[in-house]
Amino acid sequence: MFRTSAVILIALIVAFLIISLVSSQPWHTIQIFMFEPVSSKAHIGNVIEMAIPLMFSGLALSLLFKANLFNLGAEGIFYFSGVVAASIAIHAQLGNWLHPAVAVLAGGLVGALLSAIPGILKAKWNASELVTSLMFNSILFGVGLYLLNYKLRDAKAFATVSYKFQPTAILDKLVPGTRIHTGLIVVLVCIVAVHFFLYKTKWGYELRMTGINRNFAEYSGIKTAKVIILVHLIAGFIAGMGGSIEVLGMYNRFQWTALPGYGFDGALVAMLAKNKPFAVIGGAFFLAYIRIGADQMARMSDVPSEMIAIIQAVIILLISAEQFLKFFKNRMLLREAAKDA
Amino acid sequence: MHSLLDVILTTDFAFSVLRVMTPILFAALGALISNRAGIINIGLEGIMLVSALTGVVVSAYTHSAWVGLLAAAMGGTLIAGILAFFTLQFKTHIILGGIAINLFASGGTVFILYLLSGDKGSSTSLPSKVLPSIDIPLIKDIPVLGPILSGHHVLTYAAILAVFVVYYLLNKTPLGLRIRSVGENPHAAQSVGVSVMKTQYIALLLSGFFAGLGGAYMSMGYLSMFSRDMTAGRGWIALAAEAMGRGTTLGTSLTSLLFGAADALSNALQVLKIPAELIGTVPYIATLVGLVVYAINETRRKNNKKLKSKSQPSAK
Repeated sequence: MFRTSAVILIALIVAFLIISLVSSQPWHTIQIFMFEPVSSKAHIGNVIEMAIPLMFSGLALSLLFKANLFNLGAEGIFYFSGVVAASIAIHAQLGNWLHPAVAVLAGGLVGALLSAIPGILKAKWNASELVTSLMFNSILFGVGLYLLNYKLRDAKAFATVSYKFQPTAILDKLVPGTRIHTGLIVVLVCIVAVHFFLYKTKWGYELRMTGINRNFAEYSGIKTAKVIILVHLIAGFIAGMGGSIEVLGMYNRFQWTALPGYGFDGALVAMLAKNKPFAVIGGAFFLAYIRIGADQMARMSDVPSEMIAIIQAVIILLISAEQFLKFFKNRMLLREAAKDA
Repeated sequence: MHSLLDVILTTDFAFSVLRVMTPILFAALGALISNRAGIINIGLEGIMLVSALTGVVVSAYTHSAWVGLLAAAMGGTLIAGILAFFTLQFKTHIILGGIAINLFASGGTVFILYLLSGDKGSSTSLPSKVLPSIDIPLIKDIPVLGPILSGHHVLTYAAILAVFVVYYLLNKTPLGLRIRSVGENPHAAQSVGVSVMKTQYIALLLSGFFAGLGGAYMSMGYLSMFSRDMTAGRGWIALAAEAMGRGTTLGTSLTSLLFGAADALSNALQVLKIPAELIGTVPYIATLVGLVVYAINETRRKNNKKLKSKSQPSAK
């Protein structure tokens, strides 16, 4: 906890330094960056809207990281499940609440099945889930973009976008005046469920043991191959739902022509949350907050929003640095020892 | 009516394969060196991007393409150095560190580009320089081979040369031996007095250097400007090439050539109205299949060994 706060503080200091170097009115710009996200109902809404997909991917990545699996496939699954949900939203004829439910569940199931493949390859033959999942990202993006361009694309629209979703498929808004949608409830339910699964069930226990030491878990009678496949299925399901919900909650056409980046963002959220489900909420909100702050800053001052990328890199590098504070502590100890001698 | 063979069996196509292969080969050689030292550098994509921008900016301000190239290579080495510092000194997880580098590069390059040129898309307003192409005197007059092998960008030749340099480095020099031994078994290497940390530092810096050359090629050869996210996944392809090449210099280089061909094919096949999106996935599918086959073989071999060692005591 202390280290996470220290890292966030350092990251904010770096942000202020960059702003003061770049901006002609640094103080004004910093104020926009810090306080604009909570300045109005619409902006608070923006933060919450952005936190929803971040919570989904952060939760999926937390599960995988907890099992000591470095699978970064949430990126491709977000995209592809989005395409699946979009095609159901365009073509199916279903009732008001059934339509989005079917689309989201279909996206989740497709995500689970796709995610299972690197899982099976890892569990059975120990193929690096990192490399296979990265390959899957590119493959899923290629196939998804093909489907968008050749099957779903609205020729009458000027940009590369799909046909309009049917109004029945779009998720309901929770708070008038914002775009906060029912996906928020779904993700919070998921977080509670994953917490319960991880800490209160036998499977969750097996998952955590496998993550700590796969060989030890295997010798103590846990079927680790099964655990690895199960984790991938659940994480894929969560990421798939996340992609579908983002598409149906925020847009009325499918319009991603590049990978949306949520897979890697999820890694950042999971790290901030130390892979704990409830802490994912905090990690996602923090990231969403500084992003909206940066967006507003780009709009109202002379500093571009891409500054946030530098801050994110600093956070990841420092937060995963096990020795970060120890390093300085050791140096201080050595120095004092030298003084005494 | 075009057919597939009409497109492929031309000197133009063979020429473009080498052209497209260049950045992949550079980065794959970088991946090879760091992987042999037992440390996977997934920040290659970001390193290439930073170097591509560095080359453009420095060449624009110094009016020299060669100074730009030097700066690009140094920039790549520097980013790799930062990654090395965090992973080796602060024990940041290497994969998470790589993710950080990539996130930093894709946003950070746009940030700097915007500050320097006021444009977030590309560097067209900066008067950057391009490195020259070279005609090879004798070879260029040979029919068929001439138009394929001659007239390439200077960095394309450098990439092919680099294959031999890396092979020599890894297999014939003391440093190469240290790199391989650290990757094979760091504890054993340590016990005979090899500094694991120092060796991995050197390996990561070298991987950054090579990826940096690949980045310079992107913005000062392949294109004559920087545009956002212009590396477009080549760093990932390079990692795949290394994985499929099974950690050998020859295997890695040949796979890079193969991926170059797949990439060139996806450009060429647009004429035939086969969707480019699908062709673009071919290198990744090939890698996936290659990896799985390799992993299955490895598992079988290990299982056989286990069976043998189990049956031996009873034979005695």
